[in-house]
Amino acid sequence: MISKTYTILALEGMHARPATAMVKLAKQFQSAIALKYGEKSAKLNSLLAVLALGIKGGATIVVDIDGADEGAAATAFDTFFSANLKDW
Amino acid sequence: MKGIGVSPGIAIGRAWVLRAKARAAGTRSGGALPDGGLLPNDYPLPTGGLLPNDATVIEREVDLYRGAVEEAAVSLERLMEQAGDAAEILGVQLELLYDPLWESEVIDRIRRRSPAREAVLGATERVMNMFLEMEDAYMRERSADIRDMGNRLVRVLDGGALDALPGEGEWIVVAEELTPSDTIGLGSRVVGFVTQAGGATSHAAIVARLRGLPAVTGVSTATVADGDWVALDGETGIVLVNPSLAELGEYSLKKQAFAERRRLLATLKDREAVTLDGVRIELLANIGSAADMEVSLAQGAEGVGLLRTELLFMDRDTLPTEEEQFQFYKRVLLHAAGRPVTIRTLDIGGDKPLPYMDLMPEANPFLGYRAIRICLDRPALFLTQLRAILRASIFGKCRIMFPMISGVRELLQAKAFVAVAQEDLRAAGQPFDEAVPVGVMIEIPSAALTADVLAQTADFFSIGTNDLTQYVLAVDRMNEQIAGLYDPYHPAVLRLIREVIMQGHKHGIPVGMCGELAGDPRATELLLGMGLREFSMTAGSIPLVKEVILQFKTV
Repeated sequence: MISKTYTILALEGMHARPATAMVKLAKQFQSAIALKYGEKSAKLNSLLAVLALGIKGGATIVVDIDGADEGAAATAFDTFFSANLKDW
Repeated sequence: MKGIGVSPGIAIGRAWVLRAKARAAGTRSGGALPDGGLLPNDYPLPTGGLLPNDATVIEREVDLYRGAVEEAAVSLERLMEQAGDAAEILGVQLELLYDPLWESEVIDRIRRRSPAREAVLGATERVMNMFLEMEDAYMRERSADIRDMGNRLVRVLDGGALDALPGEGEWIVVAEELTPSDTIGLGSRVVGFVTQAGGATSHAAIVARLRGLPAVTGVSTATVADGDWVALDGETGIVLVNPSLAELGEYSLKKQAFAERRRLLATLKDREAVTLDGVRIELLANIGSAADMEVSLAQGAEGVGLLRTELLFMDRDTLPTEEEQFQFYKRVLLHAAGRPVTIRTLDIGGDKPLPYMDLMPEANPFLGYRAIRICLDRPALFLTQLRAILRASIFGKCRIMFPMISGVRELLQAKAFVAVAQEDLRAAGQPFDEAVPVGVMIEIPSAALTADVLAQTADFFSIGTNDLTQYVLAVDRMNEQIAGLYDPYHPAVLRLIREVIMQGHKHGIPVGMCGELAGDPRATELLLGMGLREFSMTAGSIPLVKEVILQFKTV
């Protein structure tokens, strides 16, 4: 399993649009991908579950990736967050 | 009628009342839901009755639901093609339609013998509630996405089609509340929106601004009928129903003028504010919430000249904790991405009562126990805020500003508190920026008149012209009877402003202005001439002031 930590820079926290993009990205991989925010966690196959976490701006989240293509998925998430961080 | 303008501009057209359409299509039975009434009145209501306890029937109902999802997805995709910038908003809904959690909410209900339509309504209400209970305003507004999706599914299940615009010409959509697809599916013949509910961060408002369509919310729409002529001003929030010919003429002129101005101002956004002779002027924004920050950057703000911290303390029952405050300041600083942010410490008094602070009502709240006077009197309150600001200081370029300083003694006291807060943080091993500048808001005449003394102790000045004017002229700015006497252009006010700028520069500290005058383009040349180089204002004024600066010579 690979664990990745990211900081949400968007002032308003995890907006619906970036969250949607993130869920779409997760669906491209076979690995089970989950997002941890403090005590709470959500599977990344559900936008509703991600939004329900109510992730705030400036927060740190952990993405856990577990499965055959976890390496590729981790790289994709790195790219995703470095490309989207500024707009978030 | 007067509401809240949420997207500027002038629109004139015939009213197209969405509420009436829903009623005519028979999808509405009116009234509140039995268990709480969270949904607005035009929400299609359950009609009751369980499915027969028969597996075949139930599976057929599940298939019916799945079919409705497919159909709704197709119509969403079609909408997205014409949506342009707003397509992403619909993309969120498309994702939600297939969300596993959502799906199980609905299908579990069907398996418990709810008809598909009622299952969708039940799931919608449950998930909307989940969002409505969240503390974040943005997240609460997402409940509108859920309702929109639920409505869409119900419409498909009812076999209904989306309404089409009634006829030729330009239309103003009038509704109790608008959903994202309402605003997107409407096409170019819709020229404005009038709604009863929905805030400045609602989807309807965001989409209206994205498309540059004027919108007003907070207006009672009950009396507007289909086909009524409507003229609206998205800045002042004024909505005229069936205006006179003279009013129509006035609004068409305003509309032309606004379109012309907008074209011109849009070209200025990314231009540096430099005078003709090459003097660089800093244009900053006054903000009160995290949401303002985005709007400000979009208008070309180069930072924040005044972050009001009062909002953090309002509409609640207890003082915000150090952690809550820290998170807020940190968010703003992160979002400013290295641009300067001036944080003003708490500025409240008897005119804005906070129940948990037990401030007595006063005969003269503006001359009373307020702002820095309260902070110096209540060390725990003040130190909590200062520690929170200092802790956040490592996330950007931050300055601390004290309001209502009347003389150097208060400034020294306030600075001593900063030193204590720093000492607390050092003892706790918490990092902070040691070099955070500490400055004074010049808004009391005694401070302006002793600017030479203050300048030796303060790292910067920011002139607050609103209070300065009312104190210099002895004119209560909240009293409408004497509104005519409130004049920031009075020579006494202007002389003080000039004095403060001069003293600041003489002692080598930056001087800015964060009162209304800074955002008034009629004052810009005068202030530039007095030597002011830093202007902080409501985001919307930035292009207007920049326009003046670009045509000005300082020598």
